[in-house]
Amino acid sequence: MGLTQIFASILTALLVGAWMRGTSRILSLLALSVLAAFWFQPAVPLRSFDFWIPSLSIFLVVIVWFITSNAGAWKSRQNLIGLAVIIGVVILVDLTRYIFADPILTTTTPPRLILVIGFIFLAGIAITVSNLLSRRFVLTLSLAIISLIIILLILKSPFLSLQASILFRTLTNRPIESASALDLRWLGFSYISFRLIHVLRDKQTGRLPELSLPEFATYVVFFPSLSAGPIDRAERFAGDLRKEFHLTQDETLLAGQRIVIGLFKKFVLADALALMALNDTLAVQVRTTGWMWIILYAYTFQIYFDFSGYTDIAIGIARLVGIKLPENFTSPYTKPNITQFWNSWHITLTQWIRSYFFNPFNRWIRGYRSIPAWTMLLLGQLATMFLIGLWHGVTVNFILWGVWHGLGLFIQNRWSDFAKTRIAVSNPRAQTLLRIGGILLTFHFAALGWVFFALSSPASSLNVILKLFGIT
Amino acid sequence: MPTPRLFPVLLKATLLLVIFNFLFILTSGFPLGKLSLYNKVFPGRERFPFGENQRGYNLSLFNLDAMFAAHVLVGAPKADDEFRVILIGDSSVWGTLLTPEENLAGQLNSQNISACNKNVHAYNLGYPYISLLQELMILDEALKYQPDMVVWLTTLESFPKEKQFGAPLVANSPERVKELITNYQLPLNPNDPALNHPTTWDETFVNRRKDLANLIRLQLYGVPWSATGIDQFYPENYERAQTDFEADDSFYDIKQNKPLREQLSLDILDAGLHATNIPIVLVNEPILVSNGKNSDIRYNFFYPRWAYDEFRVMLSEYTAQQNIPYLDLWNLVPMDEFTNSGVHLTPFGESLLAEQVGDVIKNFCE
Repeated sequence: MGLTQIFASILTALLVGAWMRGTSRILSLLALSVLAAFWFQPAVPLRSFDFWIPSLSIFLVVIVWFITSNAGAWKSRQNLIGLAVIIGVVILVDLTRYIFADPILTTTTPPRLILVIGFIFLAGIAITVSNLLSRRFVLTLSLAIISLIIILLILKSPFLSLQASILFRTLTNRPIESASALDLRWLGFSYISFRLIHVLRDKQTGRLPELSLPEFATYVVFFPSLSAGPIDRAERFAGDLRKEFHLTQDETLLAGQRIVIGLFKKFVLADALALMALNDTLAVQVRTTGWMWIILYAYTFQIYFDFSGYTDIAIGIARLVGIKLPENFTSPYTKPNITQFWNSWHITLTQWIRSYFFNPFNRWIRGYRSIPAWTMLLLGQLATMFLIGLWHGVTVNFILWGVWHGLGLFIQNRWSDFAKTRIAVSNPRAQTLLRIGGILLTFHFAALGWVFFALSSPASSLNVILKLFGIT
Repeated sequence: MPTPRLFPVLLKATLLLVIFNFLFILTSGFPLGKLSLYNKVFPGRERFPFGENQRGYNLSLFNLDAMFAAHVLVGAPKADDEFRVILIGDSSVWGTLLTPEENLAGQLNSQNISACNKNVHAYNLGYPYISLLQELMILDEALKYQPDMVVWLTTLESFPKEKQFGAPLVANSPERVKELITNYQLPLNPNDPALNHPTTWDETFVNRRKDLANLIRLQLYGVPWSATGIDQFYPENYERAQTDFEADDSFYDIKQNKPLREQLSLDILDAGLHATNIPIVLVNEPILVSNGKNSDIRYNFFYPRWAYDEFRVMLSEYTAQQNIPYLDLWNLVPMDEFTNSGVHLTPFGESLLAEQVGDVIKNFCE
């Protein structure tokens, strides 16, 4: 999201929060969120894909709602209106092609109306079929989860993205020489897919409350949190939507404070640090150990201010319309150990992984009684962090980053168990020193982990780490 | 603590912004550019900040104070045994596509030469964009830093009258231009519309935000500059200087039947050469002499033969009359030793130039 989009979001949120009540507030948020999915989508080199990618997002949202909602729920007035709003916005975005000489909501001119109507028609058929299947076969939900994971894998893997781009280019008669893994930049799909998987999984386990289409769709593509999270829970989000909300002065001030802090973090601190933060080019250019540490520190703070700044902005804007999005960061670099760091860094992702992977994985592995407890823990930590790494991208470096943290969590857990019974520090000064030492150690452990995250190859990461310790 | 009320907060914030915005006008005479982390926290730059590519850890800003404050010259205390040489010129002196070690100043310094029993240290004060007035502006400021000798490399492209206010650094420094015009009695109009005279409104914080952002960015680039020593983006491939030309013998609005001297800004060069008692060596810098299509009409992209030949005669006569040390090195460098322009040299081309200039510096006291 750029500044223009952020300020437009603030303004529309203010208007909705101040004037819209009840159903009209929900429908307004739905319309704005669908519109934002198109407007926020970055440019992609494939013709009209900046229109089709958000359309696919919306299609996935609607189809998942159909297969997770109660039978016949779609016939209710509220859901029919919701469906009409969604289709209406998609068509409205497409109609800008005929109204304005230059595209205003999409980066390129949207496709012809007949194609969009054809897409809606086909989407309708697909939704009807999957709706019918889901009523008869329980596996439909699992298939939907698997499909989302496959799309996520394709988008996150540079190799698979490139192959997909080549395929699309071949199908659309475009030169494959210029195919790139960046051709399929799908705005917010990491977040959209995790929200959808959460809903599908909760449906499977019978924990999903009934949500209307407007509530569900707004939850998945909610405009403040579309591009950078946080990953809320559907029932909590719907609870906020259903509450009567009137934007008060106090609420506006609190939201405003949060937005200003977020803007400062992102556009002043993070963008300034970006000029000197570690990247593939600087990794080979930096000449001395001291400067390499400074460049790494710059990256360490840049990624924090960037991400937490966007989160603050999202939380602030959401607050203007009565949605209290969950916190994603609680001063992670001031935590005395890596477990606490992960309890305060990208909290909603960690919680999601804990709920839908770590806990089930632990329950499953405990079935193998022959495996020692420490091995179970190691496997659990490694697998979880491996998955978090993959969520950021299917590359060796993201996997290494995940493994680095998995090992860190395991070692910290073992040390903590060991120290609990053997090392007792009663002196308050020693406790303070120990805590400061823990904070510094954790901070540097996280910072060293960012080397893998920031760079694209294990070789350059290794070179940087060696240089950081004065070895090369 | 009671929660503050929204509208008083908004009102106060707006008022403070308005007051701050207009109070900021008071800083318009204050040389903000002189506030710099270079030469204090970061080492000074070997050449002026210039560039539009973030990968070069550099940027162009049109604030001479900030440019000098970032330069190593300002932070270098002059040792008793230092023979300080400053090099004035355009992008060829600045060193487009050349590292600080490869450009003229770098090559002169690597020669470890001495002059007048002192160690020669050359400082690169070249700056891209070709305009004599810009070079005079830089020279005027540089004289504050105790040079023992100035080497002023120039070329015909700097001389057309219409080019003098065209350099962005000049256009955005109307006060300095005014001072130069007064101090050097230049026949130029200080109210020329090409100069960006700021109004009071232009001096507000809101309107100067880009200048301020550039000043801050320059300081931030101090980190990667210090960490890498890189101040320019070096592309792997670039378009080589043109060697085939249209059959066109025009050069700006210069007419062949009128004396060239009347049509060029020789008076600006003259003012600069007489600005100080410090010796100034004038160098007609090497240009690409093409043997390609229509090379009988043009030497290169910049110059038709007739204009350049006349220019050389004019410069030669002028320096002889004025008794100014002069090196005419126009054809010193072979055609293949130019990079992306008819005045940008390869490291080898630069070494040929450095040899000649070095000899003059070395033999200066003799």
